[in-house]
Amino acid sequence: MLEVTGLKKVYESTGREAVGDLSFQLDAGELACVVGPSGCGKTTLLRCVAGLLAPTAGTIRVAGVPVTGPPDNMAVVFQEYGRSLFPWMTVQQNVELPLKEKKLPKVRRAELVAESLAAVGLADVPRSYPWQLSGGMQQRVAIARALAYEPEVLLMDEPFAAVDAQTRGELEDLVLRIWQRLGTTTLFITHDIDEAIYLGQRVIVLSSSPTVVLEDVKVDLPPERDQLATRALPRFTELRGHVYAQIQRAKDTR
Amino acid sequence: MTVTERPGLGLRLLRLLGLPILLILAWWAFSVTSESFYVPTPPRVVQAFAETWFSPRLIDDALPSVARLLAGYALATVLGVGLGVPIGLSVRLRAAAEPVLEFFRAIPPPVLVPLIMLLAGIDNGMKILVIVSGCVWPILLNTVEGVRALDQVLSDTCRMYGVRGRSRLRHLVLRGASPQIMAGLRQALSVGIILMVISEMFASSSGLGFTIVLFQRGFAIPEMWSGILLLGLLGFGLSVIFRWMERRVLSWHWSHRA
Amino acid sequence: MTGSPGTRTVTAGSMTTKGAKAAYGLAGLAGLLALMEAVPRLGIVDERFLPPASEILGALAAELRTAALWTALGETLGGWALGLAIAFVAAVLAGVVIDLVPGLRAASHSTIEFLRPIPSVALIPLATLLFGASLGSTLLLVVYAAFWQVLIQVMYGVADVDTVADDTARSYGLSRWSRIRNVVWPTALPYIMTGLRLAASVAFILAITAELVVGSPGLGLEIQVAQSSGAVATMYGLVVLAGLIGIAVNLAVRVLERRVLAWHPSVRGEVAS
Repeated sequence: MLEVTGLKKVYESTGREAVGDLSFQLDAGELACVVGPSGCGKTTLLRCVAGLLAPTAGTIRVAGVPVTGPPDNMAVVFQEYGRSLFPWMTVQQNVELPLKEKKLPKVRRAELVAESLAAVGLADVPRSYPWQLSGGMQQRVAIARALAYEPEVLLMDEPFAAVDAQTRGELEDLVLRIWQRLGTTTLFITHDIDEAIYLGQRVIVLSSSPTVVLEDVKVDLPPERDQLATRALPRFTELRGHVYAQIQRAKDTR
Repeated sequence: MTVTERPGLGLRLLRLLGLPILLILAWWAFSVTSESFYVPTPPRVVQAFAETWFSPRLIDDALPSVARLLAGYALATVLGVGLGVPIGLSVRLRAAAEPVLEFFRAIPPPVLVPLIMLLAGIDNGMKILVIVSGCVWPILLNTVEGVRALDQVLSDTCRMYGVRGRSRLRHLVLRGASPQIMAGLRQALSVGIILMVISEMFASSSGLGFTIVLFQRGFAIPEMWSGILLLGLLGFGLSVIFRWMERRVLSWHWSHRA
Repeated sequence: MTGSPGTRTVTAGSMTTKGAKAAYGLAGLAGLLALMEAVPRLGIVDERFLPPASEILGALAAELRTAALWTALGETLGGWALGLAIAFVAAVLAGVVIDLVPGLRAASHSTIEFLRPIPSVALIPLATLLFGASLGSTLLLVVYAAFWQVLIQVMYGVADVDTVADDTARSYGLSRWSRIRNVVWPTALPYIMTGLRLAASVAFILAITAELVVGSPGLGLEIQVAQSSGAVATMYGLVVLAGLIGIAVNLAVRVLERRVLAWHPSVRGEVAS
């Protein structure tokens, strides 16, 4: 579903090589997490995959189609929820705007908005403005907007980096539930190793910049995840230790 | 304001009217005691106000002035926002236009009056053109700045979800830049009033500015004061209307930043 | 503004260097000059009403060699500076008094909100009556216009004093005067400088206005004389000069603002932000 082949990005202005030869792929319906040391070009990778940034070399294909601009069948949830929601629109208008651009009929739009807001547990605040909600709720709105768009591929760029720990656990479970129900191919970028292992079927570990894939770790934990039970599994601890060691190595070889 | 509990009606009235009443009384006392010809008593000014402005003069002089002001202001808004958006969106265009625009903004607007009189004569068109040529720069420059500073995450969001063209303009560019645009409009309003008055004082046979100068030249002092009072009320009224509009347009902005 | 280092590059393209930006700016100015040259030369607008750019600049150069122009310039800038200074001192004093006298802030609110939006050009007839075509007229208009700009900022500034800082000062037994000097003044200073910057450009506009309309001596009067005597190129040249002085006034106040605020240790944070 998502293929990244030989991706390379050099910033013209500074001559800095952010991403060096990077390749991986995701099958349809997979949920993979990307982790790496801070400043390792995770955001550059996401912006290239999203078609917001042209790569210097390499190709990205979504469902076999090369990415040259933002693809129609892809949605992104950005880290900065406060800045990715339109402050002058209500929750409902925020979710509905992309659907209007898709030229969906009004009835269908209303259905999708209601469904997706219900899915993130925000059915009761459609007429509020984003800034009237807490950070976690705002990020739920952004997730609802992505869901309503009915993408084949969902990108999430450190979506929970700026919310408090409790809310974070709730939102992680929300993402898992939705993914299990809809089976959308999801690429989840994070700097949190625990989060990556807890959520992903696979964890793609990146090196520091110029970024390459250090290791593609298969998460062989039971599919049903639970904040307490899963994190207490010996295998979870093992995987965490393994990925942690990889990332430390990545930092040292810089 | 840091008033935590709402004071009683009496105290609020005292705060609202106390100082103005004191000032008017002081004026009154001064005008009665001094023999100065230039300082009429408040009742004399009020009487002159009623006689002068509750008359056909209101329709012949005051209304056309205000109409010209609004026409010029509206034209300047359309022009300023219309040009400001493309300039703000294009990095190259902005780099090329900015020094030129800064220069035009730095020209004190009143010197445009003789200049435009020369180019466009002394009719209605000239007066509107003067107002446009003064009001357009703050609006234009603020629009450019507002559009330039659009949030990157928000415009990425628009790109991802296929929001482009007119819809992008309406939902992202104009709304996102609206706090800056409103700041430009506020500056332009005071420039506009100045130019309305000056263009009429300079070369005209009607209008508020002309009438007031006429009274002054004819030493019709209470009438002159009534004209100053009318201009003051006009400035005050327009600023009240503007603030009301601004609050409606930018309510999300204040709450968002709070 | 932008979050990560990657975000800028999409839009920035090749415009990243300062040199490129300056080159575009110069190209823009050159384009304006070329347009101003071509429009009258090609007869799109009559040369009698809009002389070519070369003639305008030539006339300006000729004017700059006359003593009269420099006298006029001195008078304009003198009126501007004096008016601005009077308005500034008066507004700062008024702001402090309003802050110090209990209840005065609430009581003066309605009066200030009414007087502030009154266009100062409304006072032109009064200025003419009282002072005629002299410096007094310029000062009346300049002071009235500039006063409010500074006063409003002073009032914002003194209201912005951190209650914790003030409580700290009180608990250490600082006298009232000492609190004003060490707590209120440093807090209000950035606001006051903003007021000064706004007031400076408004004051320049009003100084020119008084000369143009009332006929007080100065650059505005020179423009009016040039217009009425049909010296069109000279008039345009003087308008250009007025624009250049406007830019210089803005720059000068900005430099002053930066200096005053950078020197002041307690407000360094404000400058940076």
